[in-house]
Amino acid sequence: MNPYQLMKLAKRVGLYALIAVVLVYAVFPFYYAVITSLKPSSELFRVDFWLSSVDLGNYVQIFTQKSFVRAIFNSIVISLSVVAIALLLGITASYALGRVRFRGRTTVMLTILGVSMFPQVAVLSGLFEVIRTLNLYNNPGGLILSYTIFTLPFTVWVLTTFMRQLPMELEEAAIMDGATPWVTITRVFLPLMWPAMATTGLLAFIAAWNEFLFALTFTLTDDQRTVPVAIALISGGSQHELPWGPIMAASVTVTVPLVVLVMIFQRRIVSGLTAGAVKG
Amino acid sequence: MASVTLEKLNKVFGHTHIIKDVDLEIGNGEFVVFVGPSGCGKSTLLRLIAGLESITDGELKIAGDVVNDLPPRERGVGMVFQSYALYPHMTVYENMAFGLKLAKTAKETVEQRVMATARILQLEELLERKPKALSGGQRQRVAMGRAMAREPRILLFDEPLSNLDASLRVQMRNEIARLHHRLGSTMVYVTHDQVEAMTLADKIVVLRDGRVEQVGSPQTLYQQPATRFVAGFIGSPTMNFMPAELLSSDSEGCRITAQGLGELALPQNAGGESTGADLTLGVRPEHLRLAEAQGDNAFEIVNVEYLGNEVYVYLEPKAGDTLLIHRSEAPSRWEIGQRVALVPELEHVHLFDAADRALGLAGQRQAA
Repeated sequence: MNPYQLMKLAKRVGLYALIAVVLVYAVFPFYYAVITSLKPSSELFRVDFWLSSVDLGNYVQIFTQKSFVRAIFNSIVISLSVVAIALLLGITASYALGRVRFRGRTTVMLTILGVSMFPQVAVLSGLFEVIRTLNLYNNPGGLILSYTIFTLPFTVWVLTTFMRQLPMELEEAAIMDGATPWVTITRVFLPLMWPAMATTGLLAFIAAWNEFLFALTFTLTDDQRTVPVAIALISGGSQHELPWGPIMAASVTVTVPLVVLVMIFQRRIVSGLTAGAVKG
Repeated sequence: MASVTLEKLNKVFGHTHIIKDVDLEIGNGEFVVFVGPSGCGKSTLLRLIAGLESITDGELKIAGDVVNDLPPRERGVGMVFQSYALYPHMTVYENMAFGLKLAKTAKETVEQRVMATARILQLEELLERKPKALSGGQRQRVAMGRAMAREPRILLFDEPLSNLDASLRVQMRNEIARLHHRLGSTMVYVTHDQVEAMTLADKIVVLRDGRVEQVGSPQTLYQQPATRFVAGFIGSPTMNFMPAELLSSDSEGCRITAQGLGELALPQNAGGESTGADLTLGVRPEHLRLAEAQGDNAFEIVNVEYLGNEVYVYLEPKAGDTLLIHRSEAPSRWEIGQRVALVPELEHVHLFDAADRALGLAGQRQAA
């Protein structure tokens, strides 16, 4: 082997070593959660990197709890509602911001972006008052409202960027064919915007699915809780015991749908996220 | 089918005055071509007719009715876009049927019209395909089909051939011309290519800086350009221009002197000009003859282009000047480096005054 080939080999080995490090760093916590969830509680604090036997006791325990099943249902309803509302408003807003020329368009865009810069805590108390006034406390509607507020800026921005890239002549052709703006949006633009909508929709779904602070603050009773709060409130036999097994089982259960969704949409996500960079 | 009338039409974008007082009459069934350099407002003028831009001032009439404030779908116009702008997610059939469906046409009628249009444009085989599976020429035909399916009164074309390669462009140009003969519908066509304009138009409208420079048949524009701009724009290779000076004029014509050509007696009426006025002599490349050099009036041949059926000879009056072009049938006996004399065919030359307006022939009224 000559030095040149040696160099090439070393480089390749180095690259894969680096990939391995990154992979372990990123995946290990999740892997350890899966392992822990499959252990009986007696073995919980023995550090094992490999699973010797599978015990589904933790899963049985959480799924027999009615409040947890109810929380999953709540989370699904709330997240899907947020996605639907955010996409509907996002598409229509992006048409206005991307296609209609009006005074103050840039100002509106910057305001929308500005809203998303506030940390959640900053608006928590104000939002609490809003929700109380609207009579949405301890109600899925309150969470849908607050999540949509935080999801919309991103949705509107991405969709507007995407909308701007659709050729102007396409819209003009629709106008010549006698299409109203609503027909143009639904029958010409919508079919072309699926990649962007899949991306933004998925990110909105993940955000709503994992949100904790609002979910904790705006709900009171077990039957209105969402999954992240339900997990945090899983309690053990005594106040000194944290039931790691069921917590891990619950976490894995709620993460799996997200992983599956990302797998399904991954191509679209990439094409959607790079849409702004090159060409639609 | 309908006529179109433009009366003192104006369009202002912000502080830019794009279209200035355009008056134009487009007859029923006429093929009118708007031509001019980029930025002359030809596309804007077409979009004003289509209804894609609002009219700032003036009146636009279609079939005698003022349509200034009507949306495009109520004007009865169809438009073919430069980029075709086909709906990528629809099949050819759906593309052509979209406008009809939006107009709530009965389903059988939609099918009938789309099939009839497809037959005319030879698209029957392609109806189930999506635009991405079509070639450039096929897309072009679908774009035309979409505009025609609704049977508009006026068909508008916005540089429809500029995205095609040269041979396909010639072929499509031919198809559009035959389509017009067959349908007899009113068509308005925008192009920057004077060859397209010459070959397609019943009437050419030359635009410059938002104003109509000259309107006329291709023949009129070629033979009697009203201004130096039109003379230079129409015809390829372009007309040769040479500075000249008026020596005398009478009812028969005038005498001028042009650099390198000596004294010439021309049939133009220069009665409005004073002796010694600066004029421009315009001679088309095919109206020049070359002869053996004699004395001072010699030009150097700097390049010879052989095109098979004809030959372009490029001449340099003196170092640094704009080259003159001579066109003749092949073969040519002239070679690079030779010195030759130029003899214009006097009955075919054009004379322009200091304001670049063409001077009319003596015995006729001066052209506007």
